Amino acid sequence: MIQFSVNGEAVAHTGDPEEPLLWVLRDSLGLTGTKFGCGAGLCGACTVHVDGAARRACVTPVKTVEGQAVTTIEGLGAQGLHPVQQAWIAEDVAQCGYCQAGQIMAAVDLLRQVPNPSDADIERLQTNLCRCGTYTRVRKAIFRAAAAQGRTPATEGES
Amino acid sequence: MNDAAHLPRRRFLQLGAAVGGGLLLGIRLPALGEEKPAGSIGAPPEGTLAFFVRIDPDGAVTIGSPQPEMGQGVKTSLPMLIAEELDVDWARVRVAQMPMGIQRNTEGQMSWLHVGQGAGGSTSIASSWQPLREAGATARQLLTQAAANRWQVDIGSLSTEPGAVVHAGGNRRLGYGELAAEAARLPLPTAPPPLKAPGEFRIIGTPRPVVDAEDIVTGRARYGIDARLPGQVYAVIERCPWLDGRLLTVDDKAARAVPGVIDIVLIEGPAAGEPYTVLASGVAVVASSTWAAERGRRALNIRWDRGPHAKESSAGLRRRMEEALAASDGQVVLDEGDVEQAFAGASDSVEASYYVPYVAHATLEPQCCLVEVREDGATVIGPIQMPAAASRMVHQLTGLDRLSIEVQMTRLGGGFGRRLTVDYVAEATLIAQQVKRPVKLQWNRRDDLHHDFYRPGGLQQLRAALNDKGEVTAWRQRLASPSKYYRRDGVAEDGMWESELYPDDPPRRLVPHLRLEYFAMQSGMPRGSWRAPAHCANAFAVQSFIDELAHRVNADPLQFQLRLLGEPREFPYEQHGGPIFDTGRLAGVLRLAAERADWGSPMPAGSGRGIAGHFTFGGYCAYVVEVTVTDGKLRVDRVVGALDCGLAVNPNHVKAQMESGIHDGLSTALRLRITLQDGRVQQDNFDSYPLGSLADAPRVVETYLVDSGAAPSGVGEPPIPPLAPALTNAIFAATGQRIRELPLIDHIDLA
Repeated sequence: MIQFSVNGEAVAHTGDPEEPLLWVLRDSLGLTGTKFGCGAGLCGACTVHVDGAARRACVTPVKTVEGQAVTTIEGLGAQGLHPVQQAWIAEDVAQCGYCQAGQIMAAVDLLRQVPNPSDADIERLQTNLCRCGTYTRVRKAIFRAAAAQGRTPATEGES
Repeated sequence: MNDAAHLPRRRFLQLGAAVGGGLLLGIRLPALGEEKPAGSIGAPPEGTLAFFVRIDPDGAVTIGSPQPEMGQGVKTSLPMLIAEELDVDWARVRVAQMPMGIQRNTEGQMSWLHVGQGAGGSTSIASSWQPLREAGATARQLLTQAAANRWQVDIGSLSTEPGAVVHAGGNRRLGYGELAAEAARLPLPTAPPPLKAPGEFRIIGTPRPVVDAEDIVTGRARYGIDARLPGQVYAVIERCPWLDGRLLTVDDKAARAVPGVIDIVLIEGPAAGEPYTVLASGVAVVASSTWAAERGRRALNIRWDRGPHAKESSAGLRRRMEEALAASDGQVVLDEGDVEQAFAGASDSVEASYYVPYVAHATLEPQCCLVEVREDGATVIGPIQMPAAASRMVHQLTGLDRLSIEVQMTRLGGGFGRRLTVDYVAEATLIAQQVKRPVKLQWNRRDDLHHDFYRPGGLQQLRAALNDKGEVTAWRQRLASPSKYYRRDGVAEDGMWESELYPDDPPRRLVPHLRLEYFAMQSGMPRGSWRAPAHCANAFAVQSFIDELAHRVNADPLQFQLRLLGEPREFPYEQHGGPIFDTGRLAGVLRLAAERADWGSPMPAGSGRGIAGHFTFGGYCAYVVEVTVTDGKLRVDRVVGALDCGLAVNPNHVKAQMESGIHDGLSTALRLRITLQDGRVQQDNFDSYPLGSLADAPRVVETYLVDSGAAPSGVGEPPIPPLAPALTNAIFAATGQRIRELPLIDHIDLA
């Protein structure tokens, strides 16, 4: 049995310890905000936080999160919308919307690492794929969230 | 494909009382004067929304969105049309996705219950513009009449403000919720009420955010992959990787031993040469979870017959295209003037060939579908662009009455034309029939890249004659490609080789001598429509070639193209987006993009600007792309776009679709291709099919809309075709290197 927490609640997984965290979240726990896109850690649609850091759940065997705290998109805004979620709404980022939960989870981690990101930081760290091409607004939303978190955005182009 | 496509376009409204005394208003296209359907599915159960407008006694307004939402924004923009004429406060409107609605009359004819439903060809806004505004205006008139009756005043003395009817003379006001029950009992007006003049719009033409924005950012929005029914099981399919290959043997002993595996089901492949139902032979593993099904799949031991195309390769197809163009004349698509004589008398001529590869749709949500087949009916829930096609497919496979087949459209995690076909609905149905429980079918990324209706690749050979004034006097364009109509449902055998040149595209009527030829290539690859289908390939060839001609005569590419387009004129246009092609509107977007990009101003060494424009699906789009090539490495710095789509119902989402066209166009041009080797697709995932990332996206993207006053047209497709040629034209301007083949990665390094 593998024990961990999801969005603050204790969870015990009794099935295959190799099962990717993605499918445990989706099929067993019904947390479908985390999406499946590639199964190989390439697109980031399944991005969650494990102990606060972004992780691609489709290539994360559930046994590797034993004892750790998993946060999904459903848990991110549990106490009211997170500033990154608010920025995503304000910039009206979503088109089909399928990748956006993963984009948001990745952006939260990006701003944790670099609270004051430059264009180059965003290009280096925001590697989630969007098939609709919302990148212009993803970039703007990250700058907006950075500003909202009380920091001044870097000069564009500076890295 | 629409059931109702051939019915008269007579508008027809239906009215009903909601539970609790509200107003429900629907609209439909009836079958030949038949007012009462003998039966239907998708009608509103008591108290739930399936009609377009519902007003509750407390004033809450719910508007139904009939079309599938796949990112193009119709779930926001279509209800805006109704809300405008209904005159309500947009902030108080709730939008609900409508299920598919169809009905049958007493003579057995099928038709749409509400309006035609389906998303494809950028048609939703154009086809909804009139009827949805009329639906809103009719509801407003009924509410106003109810107030007139209540107050015993002439309806002409009343007006509305958002959400209420007001009587200025009597200083009285009633909210729509207080009038809804009475309004629902009134007879419908015999003619549609007058509509607002554009100057009176409060909602149309104003930027509005995605109605589902909060659901999307919190993970609550429901996609096909999120659908659930009680008692459902999960299925994945191991499909034959060879085109039209067959199952020889399967040893499923180990798979059946995997914990959670419930059953193994065989899927018969498509009959060679026949229209596709499913795309491939397969072995389905049904299990208690997606992961158990996947583990079972990995334990299968299968031998495949490699089928009739096991020797096909992309290199071979390319060679056959070259041989065909060299060897003979093609099927004549258009022949105007005397091209041969014009070339003989020309002072100069230019010839160039352009190549585009097969590409995949790669919707980020892989194909999936939830299907339950019961004795008395079926339920289909999934990411579906064409719900009636899904309904017909389930009927074809099960024999169930179509009025017992419920089709629910979730949000789609991307469409791009992939979900115009319903092969994945067919697969889920075939499995559900056998296991007799709701089946959730899930494809993985490899399944999706290996089994698609690919955008055909093609080789184009262009030749132009120039006179001593630098004008184009003759144009010959020859395309060798495998037609996208191959094995399409409902297409006759001879239609499967139909040309993918659109004869009314420029330079028709701009050049006196014009000849278009098509060479239909044989290929076993399934083909289909991919966002602005052949327009992407054709605009790449034509807009690159015009740039080459301009440089040949030492002309500025913008001025050369404007001169070619000439004075503003309207020409008949019979293909997508007609019936009119207006040269002035194309010139207009070229000029606007150029002006905003400061076209003609000096650029540093190693940098360059390119321009291209195109008309399709009723929209005119042009881009100026700026690039820098440093140490042989390309970086796209800036894209400036101009679009004329007529009136922009929601300018925010029109601009979003331009951004989408820019990034999708760039992503596809930079690195994307599907190749075939020994009858198998070689790309497995996003490492070998590398979608563009944020790092590829130009830091500066500017979009401008032409305020043309024309009726609105759709914007899902027009913004993609001109991007690739504007990019390669910019690379030429920066470096002198002319790239005539996509993807670019074969010809230039990327920074």
